[in-house]
Amino acid sequence: MIIQTIMFYVLAVGTVGAGVMVIASRNPVHSVLFLILAFFNSAGLFVMMGAEFLAMILIIVYVGAVAVLFLFVVMMLDINFAELRAGFLQYLPIGGVIGIILLAELVMVFASGAIEIEVPTNVASPTPPPDEVTNTQALGDVLYTRYAYLFQGAGFILLIAMVGAIVLTHRRRTDVRRQRIADQVARDPKAAVRLTDIEPGAEGTWKSD
Amino acid sequence: MVPLLYFQLLSVALFGIGFYGVLARRSAVLIVLSIELMLNAVNINLIAAASYLNGTGRFAAFDGQIIAIFVITVAAAEVGLAFAIILRMYRNRGTVNVDEINLLKW
Repeated sequence: MIIQTIMFYVLAVGTVGAGVMVIASRNPVHSVLFLILAFFNSAGLFVMMGAEFLAMILIIVYVGAVAVLFLFVVMMLDINFAELRAGFLQYLPIGGVIGIILLAELVMVFASGAIEIEVPTNVASPTPPPDEVTNTQALGDVLYTRYAYLFQGAGFILLIAMVGAIVLTHRRRTDVRRQRIADQVARDPKAAVRLTDIEPGAEGTWKSD
Repeated sequence: MVPLLYFQLLSVALFGIGFYGVLARRSAVLIVLSIELMLNAVNINLIAAASYLNGTGRFAAFDGQIIAIFVITVAAAEVGLAFAIILRMYRNRGTVNVDEINLLKW
């Protein structure tokens, strides 16, 4: 049990330290790399709590996709060294007081026991008994049956995000001729063809409308 | 074993740090980065609650982990859309400094 306590403190200090460095770095690339470190420490905490599927999902999705996307955007947008916002220092005392009050309120709510937590008689240990199914199977048993609608909703949200990102950032080339199928299909056949009588041998001039 | 309170305090600390980052940063990309930190804090809280209260109380087993899966999903979708908006902002105004995107200011 002592090793779990040590691991908790190591990972917790790592997470909080990486979080502080995320917001304190001047260089935005350093901020993203410290966020990746915070995610790895969080994944370690998740494994400690018995949620290994979520730890792997955190690494694959958050670090592997979202943080890499952050790096792409940070390097593409040419962000200079991040400075504090204009006028931030004059609001720092008030903001600090409000922040400390918020933090104290949250700590008091959690630590006072006002939230009714019914813990069984034996101390709740976060490791599941070894004869149960794996975490992945346990999640899968519940996710596709009880939470099937939420699952479909999450898929729909991802579809919307994909379509929205493409629609927002798609650039059309203006010097390329394209077909406009709607205009082509909407042509009136009566206006498309004009019958003209031309006498054979006459010198007619082409009249183009 | 570490009590549940310590996990919740860790989550609160991370949330506060991310919140400070949202308020203090000038670039829109770094604000979204701090939002990701806040969402990570929420995930820690949910999964700690799920693992300590497994099946007890009014919630079924693994509820916190299911919610955490959805939080990760929605966060990924939101980051994609936020970057699309930031890219348009950069194309139109040439900057991602949120102090300079103030055309609606009275």
